[in-house]
Amino acid sequence: MEKIMEIDNLSMVFGGLKAIDNVNMSINSGAITALIGPNGAGKTTLFNCITGVYKPTSGSVSIKKPGQKESEKISGLKPHIINRKGLARTFQNIRLFSNMSVLENVMVGRHHKLKANIMGALLRDRKTREEEEKVVNDSYEILKKINLHKFVNEMARNLPYGAQRRLEIARALSTDPFLLLLDEPAAGMNPLETRELEDTINRLRSEEKITILLIEHDMSLVMNISEHIYVVDYGKMIAEGSPDEVKRNPDVIKAYLGE
Amino acid sequence: MEDFNWKEYLKDSFISMLWFSLLLFPMLVMKITVKGGMADVTYRWGYLVVIPVSAFILSALWKYFRERQQGGDKADKRGEIAALFRRTFIENRTVKKVSIISAILIMAFYPVFSGMYNTNVMISALIYIMLGLGLNIVLGLGGMLHLGHAAFFAVGAYTYGLFFKYAGQFFVDAGISTGWMFWIALPAGGIMAAVFGVLLSLPVLRLRGDYLAIVTLAFGEIMRMVLQNWGNVTGGATGISLIPRPWLFGINVTPRLAAVYIYYIVFAFVIISIITVSRLENSRIGRAWEAMREDEIACQSMGIDLVRNKLTAFILGSVWAGVAGVLFASQTTYINPDSFTIWESILILCIVVLGGTGSISGVILGALIIKLLPEYMRAFAQYRLLVFGLALVLMMIFRPGGIIKKVRKIYRFPLDEENDAAAEGQN
Ligand SMILES: Nc1ncnc2c1ncn2[C@@H]1O[C@H](COP(=O)(O)OP(=O)(O)OP(=O)(O)O)[C@@H](O)[C@H]1O
Ligand SMILES: [Mg+2]
Repeated sequence: MEKIMEIDNLSMVFGGLKAIDNVNMSINSGAITALIGPNGAGKTTLFNCITGVYKPTSGSVSIKKPGQKESEKISGLKPHIINRKGLARTFQNIRLFSNMSVLENVMVGRHHKLKANIMGALLRDRKTREEEEKVVNDSYEILKKINLHKFVNEMARNLPYGAQRRLEIARALSTDPFLLLLDEPAAGMNPLETRELEDTINRLRSEEKITILLIEHDMSLVMNISEHIYVVDYGKMIAEGSPDEVKRNPDVIKAYLGE
Repeated sequence: MEDFNWKEYLKDSFISMLWFSLLLFPMLVMKITVKGGMADVTYRWGYLVVIPVSAFILSALWKYFRERQQGGDKADKRGEIAALFRRTFIENRTVKKVSIISAILIMAFYPVFSGMYNTNVMISALIYIMLGLGLNIVLGLGGMLHLGHAAFFAVGAYTYGLFFKYAGQFFVDAGISTGWMFWIALPAGGIMAAVFGVLLSLPVLRLRGDYLAIVTLAFGEIMRMVLQNWGNVTGGATGISLIPRPWLFGINVTPRLAAVYIYYIVFAFVIISIITVSRLENSRIGRAWEAMREDEIACQSMGIDLVRNKLTAFILGSVWAGVAGVLFASQTTYINPDSFTIWESILILCIVVLGGTGSISGVILGALIIKLLPEYMRAFAQYRLLVFGLALVLMMIFRPGGIIKKVRKIYRFPLDEENDAAAEGQN
């Protein structure tokens, strides 16, 4: 298996708190990998370090895009640069552009694929108009993939909760990632929505060939879809392995059930 | 309202009455005149009646309107009426078209049927519309609280002023009309403002909100102080005078004709500004700005370069101010640092906030109100700042979006059902 992301001795310290403590991790191309752990374990912080929202205190994150030979270090780069390299994420506390329409949220994700500059905006020449038309259509196609197209002209803030979570995914997808990081995508969803989400994630992997790393508290979802699971507790990686291995691991049971 | 609490109501008003009486006593009741080094106090007891009575009435009105604004059912009904009003008068296309066309017509023929004084007043109002629209790019679109806009206005004006001061003789010697200098200064003023915009924004754009406001405010002051104190270059406090008016086919124009001519130049620029801002808003970059104002972290994580987008907004806004500065210098033919104080920046900010941040028609209305009212109501001129302050406070409470709230055009995907529905609606 080809590794597309490697995290090497990563630490993130906030004041006196080691939110992430020497974590090592690697993601296989085309896999669905889960990152689990109790509340406050440092999962979201790890996502923030990977996507450039935080600069890690030490250690490194490097990626190797599918089909590329050289791996490149991405830790310390700005979030937009990391996104352009093919990593997209969703947020645990939904961060949609709530006063923009569903369509516009996705269009923003396509921003850096477009070329129109200030002159284009002012002159509205044919190239610019065609590009705008194309981005609208492309965005609609992306919404279709996540089954959100019926909300296309709604304001993001007016969507039901589950749909907002899915819009987070659609927006991330619109940046054409090879690695998608999902932070608790099923939080607040009902069982039916969760099942749909499971389908969607599986489809993204099989049809779009997107590798997925997800944080999730819904254990049945995690056990169903992931091939490999990492478990963090108090910032430390305490276990990893297949769902079955992790389930039986005494450290994991202790972390979840307490002493 | 049935459960209207009279006691509470009266009590609150009474307390404000006492409070204001106490507060204003030394200012209004006691009048101190200094004569020959001796302070003489006259008591104006009349005010002792006026203050509490007006404080009581104002406070009661205040409470009444506050409650009405928050009141449930009533507010809903009022909201409905407001929505109906909006639909019929503001969002209605025909009404919109007719009002825009008539506004343009009135403005286009304004100097024809008004005297030179009125034309000049309107020119400065138009220049402030430009300044407001420029700040609107920074504040309304870019979401940056910029309190040093007048500094870029100054950059433009002084670009022209200094260009004339140092190169004017050359033009005279070469036998070229100095009026040509205006046409060179116009782009140069914009470019200089852009250069200063870059210089300021490089360190500043990482800052947010309050910090940005403070730094830009300081920049405005620094600019003014440099202009004021670097006397042998900038002319110091006396400034630069006899700046040429724009060249007009070599005609030696009378001041009246010059005013008309400048009016049309400025008018053209206002139209260009309006088109520019509205096109920017509904473009790829406008979308990115909107997203940036909503959530910077999410925006960055979607691949948008915040610094670049902010820089673009900041520089565009500065260029606008720079061009407005050149126009200003050519209108007044005389500039000095007093025209570019902090107050000028605040005034432009008031125009944008009062009119409606992000709303083009709002900014235009704001500029007309703020520039024209004091001009034609001289009696109130000395209370100008007081009135603006009060208006702003009231605005923030009752209508935080400004007089004309921003309505953003939303990208819509043409759904089939919607087309059907529209077709049905027409039948
Ligand atoms: N910006 C920050 N400054 C200080 N402390 C932080 C910051 N971000 C996270 N932390 C701390 O780091 C620890 C890990 O937080 P994190 O949000 O990563 O947990 P999590 O595993 O995502 O938890 P949950 O399952 O509740 O989402 C917590 O103790 C949190 O308070
Ligand atoms: Mg979390």
